[in-house]
Amino acid sequence: MNDPNLDGVAIQFRDVSFRPVDNREILRDLNLEIRRGETLVLLGRSGSGKTTTLKLINRLLDPTEGTVLVDGRPTTAWDVSRLRRMIGYVIQEVGLFPHFTVERNIALVPRIENWPTERIQKRVHELLQLVGLDAQLLSRYPRELSGGQRQRVGVARALAADPPFLLMDEPFGALDPITRTELQREFLSLQERLQKTVVFVTHDMREALSLGTRIALLEAGRLVTVDAPDQFLNSTNPLVVAYVDAFRTDVRTSHHRGTS
Amino acid sequence: MNFWQFMLQNSGQVLEQTLEHLWLVGVSTVLAVLIGIPLGILITRLPKLNKPVLGAANVIQTIPSLALFGFLLPAPWIGTRADRLAILALTLYALLPMIRNTYVGIQGVDRAVVEAGRGMGMTDRQLLFQVELPLAIGVIIAGVRVATVISVGLATIAAAIGAGGLGEFIFRGLAMVNNAVILAGAIPAALLALAADFGFGWLEKRLQPS
Ligand SMILES: Nc1ncnc2c1ncn2[C@@H]1O[C@H](COP(=O)(O)OP(=O)(O)OP(=O)(O)O)[C@@H](O)[C@H]1O
Ligand SMILES: [Mg+2]
Repeated sequence: MNDPNLDGVAIQFRDVSFRPVDNREILRDLNLEIRRGETLVLLGRSGSGKTTTLKLINRLLDPTEGTVLVDGRPTTAWDVSRLRRMIGYVIQEVGLFPHFTVERNIALVPRIENWPTERIQKRVHELLQLVGLDAQLLSRYPRELSGGQRQRVGVARALAADPPFLLMDEPFGALDPITRTELQREFLSLQERLQKTVVFVTHDMREALSLGTRIALLEAGRLVTVDAPDQFLNSTNPLVVAYVDAFRTDVRTSHHRGTS
Repeated sequence: MNFWQFMLQNSGQVLEQTLEHLWLVGVSTVLAVLIGIPLGILITRLPKLNKPVLGAANVIQTIPSLALFGFLLPAPWIGTRADRLAILALTLYALLPMIRNTYVGIQGVDRAVVEAGRGMGMTDRQLLFQVELPLAIGVIIAGVRVATVISVGLATIAAAIGAGGLGEFIFRGLAMVNNAVILAGAIPAALLALAADFGFGWLEKRLQPS
């Protein structure tokens, strides 16, 4: 009855609120559906609750109220390790294991799933190609990589066991604009091939517009709207307009700076 | 008779006392590792136990060593043999650095790294053995190092209750007002402490990742 092909909804937030023990509300009455195979971008400024929303999906957090459903089943009803292993997770701080080589970092999930060694090796090489990393980096440690290489390793690690879901928390943050654009382009071509259900967090509207199938705007723990990129740009919702305007001003000033 | 003459004439006994000393320190340190590290891990998992456990270990540390030997004398089985009693006391003293460093070491592991591991479906066991302990090992070994060095010094007092070790020479020398005899105990003890400090320091560097 949970046949994933029967309905288009992969992840669903039903009346979800999240309050940590100190009782400050971080998310309030969140209702959101994420469709199978889409890239849903969570957009919002710092502290709006984007990371919290992701952690409710892979159960690093439990909702205080409401339910988060993954494949139609509440996250609290899943075996937590099983749930997490079908959800690739790229965390905001990258979080590579400093004592593991690049190879072992990428192979993390296949190893804990006890894949045979040859299969792991083959998979690691596939992934290197996929994220555009050179094979000579395999024996290096994370501290010996550039920021961009680390981010790519983080993405490869999340994709390793070919999970149907992918949570990406500002995966291209802290990169120069050129590398960032390059990784975004690679993400798009990757996603075209892999068709994962992706929840992608960013506060950069340009990134949201180019990567998202739909964009969900969060503001102070509440969902403002969910819209396709072109509708989002033309929205009349004041909060969206404010966000879009801020972005336009930003583009204009940087353009002026660039030409003068 | 000077120090060197005493050492030469009593080399057999010096060696014997040194080995006895090593035995007291070695056994108590191993026991403290076996008890202290799991306790340190436990309080990272059950934060409620954190204060009582560290507090208790702290209180033990503040008891003067001679008094602790005295308190333990009435204990059954333990109190009947001086070396058992000494080992128990030394173990108790070594617990605090062991527990505290294990706890601090694990708490000090980058939160993002642990969260990444958990988020990818590692079990608590896998996280502990593959991530937290390997990354905390330097701090944990530093705890063993401190505990051992303290223990080498404290063990000299064990001679006061007849548990042997290098303290024998020190107490005998004090009674005889003979510096050469005191030094026959004090110098090997100091060398042992230095060796332990150096050895564990080396291990700490070897095992510490990055
Ligand atoms: N464990 C926690 N306990 C208490 N408050 C928390 C906790 N985690 C996050 N917060 C607070 O919840 C709010 C939302 O945090 P969250 O990390 O979800 O924001 P974000 O949208 O990801 O921000 P950023 O873009 O800066 O990463 C913030 O005000 C933050 O301080
Ligand atoms: Mg965040």
